[in-house]
Amino acid sequence: MPGITREEVAHLGKLARLELSADELDHFAGQLDDIIGAVARVSEVSGEDVPPTSHPLPLTNVMRPDEVRPSLTPEQALSGAPAQEQQRFKVPQILGEE
Amino acid sequence: MTDIIRLTAAQTAEKIASGELTAVEVTEAHLARIEAVDEKVHAFLHVDREGALEQARAVDAKRAAGEPLGPLAGVPLALKDIFTTEGVPTTVGSKILEGWIPPYDATVTKRLKAADVVILGKTNMDEFAMGSSTENSAYGPTGNPWDLTRIPGGSGGGSAAALASYQAPLAIGTDTGGSIRQPAAVTATVGVKPTYGGVSRYGMVAFSSSLDQGGPCARTVLDAALLHEVIAGHDPLDSTSIDAPVPPVVEAARNGNVAGLRVGVVKEFGGEGYQAGVVQRFTESVELLRDLGAEIVEISCPSFTYALAAYYLIAPSECSSNLARFDAMRYGLRVGDDGTKSAEDVTALTRDAGFGPEVKRRIMLGTYALSSGYYDAYYGSAQKVRTLITRDFEKAFESVDVIVSPTTPTTAFPIGERADDPMAMYLADLCTIPANLAGNAAMSLPCGLAPEDGLPVGLQIIAPALKDDRLYRVGAAVEAAFVSKWGHPLLEEAPQL
Repeated sequence: MPGITREEVAHLGKLARLELSADELDHFAGQLDDIIGAVARVSEVSGEDVPPTSHPLPLTNVMRPDEVRPSLTPEQALSGAPAQEQQRFKVPQILGEE
Repeated sequence: MTDIIRLTAAQTAEKIASGELTAVEVTEAHLARIEAVDEKVHAFLHVDREGALEQARAVDAKRAAGEPLGPLAGVPLALKDIFTTEGVPTTVGSKILEGWIPPYDATVTKRLKAADVVILGKTNMDEFAMGSSTENSAYGPTGNPWDLTRIPGGSGGGSAAALASYQAPLAIGTDTGGSIRQPAAVTATVGVKPTYGGVSRYGMVAFSSSLDQGGPCARTVLDAALLHEVIAGHDPLDSTSIDAPVPPVVEAARNGNVAGLRVGVVKEFGGEGYQAGVVQRFTESVELLRDLGAEIVEISCPSFTYALAAYYLIAPSECSSNLARFDAMRYGLRVGDDGTKSAEDVTALTRDAGFGPEVKRRIMLGTYALSSGYYDAYYGSAQKVRTLITRDFEKAFESVDVIVSPTTPTTAFPIGERADDPMAMYLADLCTIPANLAGNAAMSLPCGLAPEDGLPVGLQIIAPALKDDRLYRVGAAVEAAFVSKWGHPLLEEAPQL
């Protein structure tokens, strides 16, 4: 198994939307490498004949009738918003200026 | 005052129902206790003084009007800060939700209120329930009432410490890899992880959805059972909630008995890394079970030695996905929105500022384990190990009715000792994780103090899924035998705060 480098941590940070500082990159690289090294042993026993388990219960879709029910008011739904405008969540720009 | 806070939940409810005590008196006694000791313990992140008193007054009014009261009406409770509470802050121990006031109640919160349980406040926890010491809380650590320089376990250290310091007779925790049972073990309290799907996850902030399970924490087995019945049961708002009757846990707790029961001792739970005093108290517990008429069966679950590795791939993988919702757009912290940055940059800046180191480690670990090229070797293999562990349990439960083990390999360690050593911290969950991976029910209860350090040791009992009542039947028998041997509950040996 390959080790985890500082560059890989930076890449993971980008994928995970974490703007990591230089100190964090140094610190996490060693720790993640240790952890990955330790957990890699799962592959020792994961033969092809073993089916994967994703959940302790057999999952099925749970449906309910499509009926109008009481729900949060717009004020309640927006009550935790960092910014709002005209009863909507106000977000920073998503597309560039062009 | 002192007497009120030392009552069990069952006794308290009885005295309120009979009129010997009012719910307001009981609540005030606990609020006074919090006032007196929580500066030292730091079990609570938020105390809802007015809300609690209002609930207590409603209980007293109900009684005065001759309305029937539920089995825990008027009994105070400490709620882990992972359950949403309408109008009361919910932080999950994280800066990213600092100041957030949820607009709705979790199903557990709703059921507690409907049962007239008085919610005193919200308890401290490792951030997003990730940790085994409560040191990962963004709001500072909680002290173990047995020794305030030591950890109270985690992630539910606040709930366990509140019980052990008599700030509440009941508490709620959540258990993803041991976060109810390990804190119970190191504080000499009782904690139960119900069968996966037994207690609704609606309104319980998600960490690892296939493992997370809410459950009761208390100072006695019967109190835990009474609380279990209040919070458990099918909930249409949680698609993984089991649509089956709640196992008869209260009846089981009132009829502790292990005669003729087959009790499994797993060979793989032991050896290197286990403290001598923990092993000694566990061995004595097994002897006690034998004296009480149980048949002890040694069993082997070879895949359990891979459980920790599988867990630290599965839980981070699910967490990396679940925590993607903290994007700084709809609720919680937003950092760096100065009008020049893109939404994506604001998200990344906010998440770096709002999450603590352990949460970041797990998000990155999960992102790694799920990424293309590594998925099969890591997440895929971990899922296969999960199958093997489930099979080991199935095979074991063909020859035994319950399994017992130490809850944790060691007693409470000093605050700071493992704070920046993730692998050492993860070892605290060695014995508790298998039950989460398989979805079984499990309990921890006190079984003595380790001779070398005088700190509590927990006995873990594991039962098959949907057989939660077995935990209580065995737990009540063991508890009664120990209390009669010690002459008092173990917690009475804790130092005065």
